[in-house]
Amino acid sequence: MSYVAHDESAFAPPAEVEEVELYHPKTWVGKYVWSQDAKVIAVQYAMTAMGIGLVALVLSWLMRLQLGYPNSFSFINPSNYLQFVTMHGMIMVIYLLTALFLGGFGNYLIPLMVGARDMVFPYVNMVSYWVYLFAVLLLVASFFVTGGPTGAGWTLYPPQAISQGTPGSSWGIILMLVSLAFFIVGFTMGGLNYVVTVLQARTRGMTMMRLPLTVWGIFMATVLALLAFPALFVSAIMMTLDLTLGTSFFMPAIVSMGQQGGHSGGNPLLFQHLFWFFGHPEVYIVALPAFGIVSDLLSVHARKNIFGYRMMVWAILAIGALSFIVWAHHMYVSGMNPYFGFFFATTTLIIAVPTAIKVYNWVLTLWRGNIHLTVPMLFAIGFIFTFINGGLTGLFLGNATVSVPLSDTMFVVAHFHMVMAIAPILVVFGAIYHWYPKITGRMLNDTLGKFHFWVTFVGSYGIYYPMHYLGMMGVPRRYYAIGGTDFIPASAHFVNEWITIAALIVGAVQMVFLYNLIWSYFNGKPSGSNPWNATTLEWQTPDTPPKHGNFGATLPVVYRWAYDYSVPGAVDDFIPQNVPPREVTGRNSSKT
Amino acid sequence: MTQAIRTNTGQALPLPEGIQGIVADWSSDQRAFKNVPWGKAMMWIFLLSDTFIFSSFLISYMTVRMSTTDPWPNPSEVFGLTLFGQSIPLLLIAIMTFVLISSSGTMAMAVKFGYEKNRKMTFILLLCTAALGATFVGMQAFEWTKLIVHEGIRPWGNPLGAAQFGAAFFMITGFHGTHVSIGVIFLLITATKVIRGDLDHERPGFMTGRKGKYEIVEIMGLYWHFVDLVWVFIFAVFYLW
Repeated sequence: MSYVAHDESAFAPPAEVEEVELYHPKTWVGKYVWSQDAKVIAVQYAMTAMGIGLVALVLSWLMRLQLGYPNSFSFINPSNYLQFVTMHGMIMVIYLLTALFLGGFGNYLIPLMVGARDMVFPYVNMVSYWVYLFAVLLLVASFFVTGGPTGAGWTLYPPQAISQGTPGSSWGIILMLVSLAFFIVGFTMGGLNYVVTVLQARTRGMTMMRLPLTVWGIFMATVLALLAFPALFVSAIMMTLDLTLGTSFFMPAIVSMGQQGGHSGGNPLLFQHLFWFFGHPEVYIVALPAFGIVSDLLSVHARKNIFGYRMMVWAILAIGALSFIVWAHHMYVSGMNPYFGFFFATTTLIIAVPTAIKVYNWVLTLWRGNIHLTVPMLFAIGFIFTFINGGLTGLFLGNATVSVPLSDTMFVVAHFHMVMAIAPILVVFGAIYHWYPKITGRMLNDTLGKFHFWVTFVGSYGIYYPMHYLGMMGVPRRYYAIGGTDFIPASAHFVNEWITIAALIVGAVQMVFLYNLIWSYFNGKPSGSNPWNATTLEWQTPDTPPKHGNFGATLPVVYRWAYDYSVPGAVDDFIPQNVPPREVTGRNSSKT
Repeated sequence: MTQAIRTNTGQALPLPEGIQGIVADWSSDQRAFKNVPWGKAMMWIFLLSDTFIFSSFLISYMTVRMSTTDPWPNPSEVFGLTLFGQSIPLLLIAIMTFVLISSSGTMAMAVKFGYEKNRKMTFILLLCTAALGATFVGMQAFEWTKLIVHEGIRPWGNPLGAAQFGAAFFMITGFHGTHVSIGVIFLLITATKVIRGDLDHERPGFMTGRKGKYEIVEIMGLYWHFVDLVWVFIFAVFYLW
């Protein structure tokens, strides 16, 4: 090699576009309220999502109180119970998990991890949050209108959802549908930003195959959301029209209470298809960011490169593509041609292959790693357990023949809570413990964190493990009370009581977490810029927390993938992505 | 260890052609689509998402058309127009389609003149496009009036047969008409910015794109052609079927 440069960035590809000038606000309101900074928007998203998530948590307590101690509470009647179920599900899936993973972690991490100064369209990004907030407020408003929120179940199946007699069939359901439509509009604004930022605004040297898996997970989830939410948007519009204008898209002719309803000729199954065409990708909209984040947590805290990075990326893409052709496995008992069941069962089982690749790779990343049992790592390992559990019961439910007897039992509830409630929320916690130092400059309290983890993890098993047995006994879900049913033994009531106690404890422990968030903001140990010795770009910022514009005067140049941990011959056990090859040691040992 | 190549030569690196070029773009850093501005990338992805919305609408329409038990009205009669005592099927729709497709032509020319920095012609052609779009929406309003007032068709029912006919018709053409109307408004905004010279002077801001480039005209064009294309599908499956 004849030419030796003093500045190694000369070997990275040149910058292709000139930098875009950011809008710098001058007032406090401009900085923290009507903010165009993705990091502030991220915190706004996260706080709103956690706020509404607390409402859903309380609703789950109320549900469990009724199931554990039937008819003991005067403030729970059958209508209320259905409303609790509905609102708990809808809030948790859409307004908490989707918003937190994409709006929260997506906004915070994408620009920092790809080496951009901000999202590509900061103004649109800001509007995205305010539309989301409006959607949340509409949803909250439904608790206060005549008839209360809708009680149709989170799937909102017609004709039940809009028939007289279902709780909230007057105002609750309309507010729910309008709120969903606004959520989708707001999300689309943010989602376009996330996708374009990942595709078109990476820094020099940051190729797609050097992106941290967190970015891959959030990116693919956003693509899924942009293509899946339209189906929900359309079904929300059509159901609103059925309600308000008296059209009959979803409503067949129904005789109710001896009276002929005003509708005729609609197709309720159409709604189910549209809903699940959205609903199944939605599972992966929640799961893929969790997959990505957990990959990074495991790698950082095991001081080892992620096993099979390329396969992890391809698995994310394969899961994303397959998730669009499995939706009708939610409809085995809805009345479909049995051949459809055959098709959808097959695709559902195929999706287990890329998912299993990911699980193997996580375990192999841990194998012979230098595992640090930090709080984020505990949550990441906890995720592997709950995800494998939930994934295995998914194989039962994916098979049409096995699924039919298990349909609408507690087994289904246990399955999807294991796989898409507990597993992603453990990742959310792990991610918050991991990135909180970057967001605030302070560490979260370790003792409280470990207490939070162990009670949440063990308690979750306390809730959902017995629930599988309830389901196999045939205890139906969404029932206000199961008293006086012969095939359900008395022991089921004991199990229900046990689950309720566990749920109350797990819920209460989340208050410790909230206390930790607030306490550590003022009293936490100062973290420094890179407390976990991680390689990705967000830990290499000149300021912690990063200022507007993220990287100071010059953008970082990337020379390597995100997983150079414990590289033989290197000075430290980690090599940040922006360290040039010559600075690692005397020898070039970089892996691209 | 492969030999390092010096890359900041001040010129763009040579890239392979064809499929290999695509692979090279996607495995490169910074941008997956070279020379595609952010706004254009965003519009393409938005249109992909919007495609799913219109597809869901049209598939739902086909489903309810099959599920309803009442007879479906004959579109070529319902959408006929009586001129000089003669009933001509689909006349109005033919004119509307012609107008909208023509507006795509003027839009394409506006994009061309935009890249040539011919502000006056760009402005005139954007106005023509907006005018044709507004004409389309006007004719749609006329058609709606005719159906509602004269034929008694409502979203919840009609004297001709299946209630889903009116429901699907008003919903889908209404949603499409909204798209056209929004397009007209933004065409007018873009036209104003073009003639004022905002695209040449202004810092990056609302609907201006990068300085001195007329990307925003092309981005508007993408949206406009998409709305036209959607109309072709609506025309095919609603009016001709």
